[in-house]
Amino acid sequence: MTTAARAPKRGLIGRVLPGKRPGRTLAEIATVLVAATIAFPLYWMVLTAFKPDGQIQSTDPRPWTLSPTLENFRQVFTVDDFGRYFLNSVIVAGVVVLISLVMSFLAAVALTRFRFRGRTVLLIMILVAQMVPVEALTIPLFFLMRSVGSVAPWFGLNHLGSLILVHLAFSLPFAIWMLRGFVAAVPAELEEAATLDGAGRFRFTWQVLFPLVAPGLVAMSVLSFIHAWNDFLFAKTFIISATENQTLPLAILVFFKPTGNDWGAIMAGSTLMTIPVLVFFVFVQRHLVSGIAGAVKA
Amino acid sequence: MTAELTTESDPRTPPGDTETRHGHRRRRSGGNGQARAAVLYLAPAGVLLIAVMAYPLYQLVQLSLYEYGQAQASGGAPLEFLGLGNYATLLSDSRFWMVLVNTCGFAAVCVLGSLSVGIALAVLAGRVRWLPRTLLFLAALGAWATPAVAGSTVWLFLFDQNFGLVNEVLSGLGWQGMEGFSWTYDRFTAFGLVAGEVIWCSFPFVMVTMYAGIKAIPGEIVEAASLDGASTWRTARSVLLPMLRPLLIIATIQSIIWDFKIFTQIYVMTDGGGIAGQNLVLNVYAYQEAFAGSNYGLGSAIGVVMTGLLLLITVIYLWAQRTTGENT
Repeated sequence: MTTAARAPKRGLIGRVLPGKRPGRTLAEIATVLVAATIAFPLYWMVLTAFKPDGQIQSTDPRPWTLSPTLENFRQVFTVDDFGRYFLNSVIVAGVVVLISLVMSFLAAVALTRFRFRGRTVLLIMILVAQMVPVEALTIPLFFLMRSVGSVAPWFGLNHLGSLILVHLAFSLPFAIWMLRGFVAAVPAELEEAATLDGAGRFRFTWQVLFPLVAPGLVAMSVLSFIHAWNDFLFAKTFIISATENQTLPLAILVFFKPTGNDWGAIMAGSTLMTIPVLVFFVFVQRHLVSGIAGAVKA
Repeated sequence: MTAELTTESDPRTPPGDTETRHGHRRRRSGGNGQARAAVLYLAPAGVLLIAVMAYPLYQLVQLSLYEYGQAQASGGAPLEFLGLGNYATLLSDSRFWMVLVNTCGFAAVCVLGSLSVGIALAVLAGRVRWLPRTLLFLAALGAWATPAVAGSTVWLFLFDQNFGLVNEVLSGLGWQGMEGFSWTYDRFTAFGLVAGEVIWCSFPFVMVTMYAGIKAIPGEIVEAASLDGASTWRTARSVLLPMLRPLLIIATIQSIIWDFKIFTQIYVMTDGGGIAGQNLVLNVYAYQEAFAGSNYGLGSAIGVVMTGLLLLITVIYLWAQRTTGENT
């Protein structure tokens, strides 16, 4: 693509709208300012988490602190059982990601590489499933989990299993749809070659296809993880009395009080809740971007 | 799930047998082996989707036709079939109409906001060098990664009546009225605040998607257009836009789906629907009716309305895209 003659390399828009140099500098200054604005709430959250009480409840808030403290973090771990809720959130989101990885991959393989009657109907059904506002299903799901609980307690109300089941199902349609493009992009010749080499369908699926669609799997995992990690509604509805099985989003609300919100603890809790996702994002961001690009191209 | 089972007309034929007799053609055109493997591969996802999505969807519609309150939920009273009674109750309730208007207006603002911010920043990202672009992407990924509850709390704190930075800065700039101003008291400022948070955490998806689309367009096409004497605007409109259309459709539909059913942000930021329910949207309204008011039948009816509306909006949008796509 890039020939030596075309250096320095410019983005497409640079070629489309050939801006003059000062125009680009201006655009770059604007970009940095916009980036700072977007990142500011996050900065404020982390900063507040480390501020001592007096500086948080001040009518003259300052964007720095000279006396950082861990007091707010201590607060969330002692007043609220934050470690426990953190573990619960990790279990729910982790299990959802691992299982939906396998389920959606298998379904995507079947829907793209196998010919069978009813395939198109299934594809349309998966598209429609993506549009179902799953939050509207809270009421029937509440009753479903209540009856499931009498048969298999681990998947009933007040247990993490109910949350896992729900998030697993809800992450599947989008995950299948996203992986479809990646699986379809693997050339058929490869499958023929593998078959000639004596690899059966299952071996081809796991040893050839699975590693090849890795970018799609990563992007899909991130989106499923976020979905499960963020959930507030189902945790609020399903985990009614067993507070020890509560997840992070609800644990923070403890510090909202009619007598005055404990902003230090709220920001410390929010920071703790954001960090794992942020770390996850930073590690996979390359795959995430290429994964989404791959999925939308398909 | 039943459709592919019917293709197994002759499951006894061993795959090896077919191969020797008909060669590879038989396998590729869809032999029994493929149908059987498809069933196997689809079964885990299929079972789960039927149990936790399709069946509850059916139950939602069913529940909406009954008088289903606390007594019925605990088994203390018999079910009473109302037919469309719950829907009649809703339609004659002025609060329902207010919530409906709230939902559509709020979702429209959020969709338009995240689309325009996302597209503008994708274009900007394409114009700048590596470092500013990376900073922009990192900031956007940060906003995207922030859990809805955490994003809600920090935005609430930034706009806090007494200790918020925004009021402090605004009054410091000479806008005295902003000292002690409560953003969540008024219906419109409260919705605006929530919309700001929603756009903040949902534009990154649009930005990443559109940036990927812009990058994927081969430069030769654009060069050819400019050699043919097309203006910048003309190139953008007649060459780039049609190529980006599929991506725009994905980004718009995803935004509609997400923003139409927002729960967490509204619930946390307006404390369960705002003062006297002024900030209720369909989703929160259904939750409040069902779980706070023990009115499960009516809550289900709201859920059905919500599902129908969302499907309708998406289908209309897709249809409009198709017709304009055919015209150009």
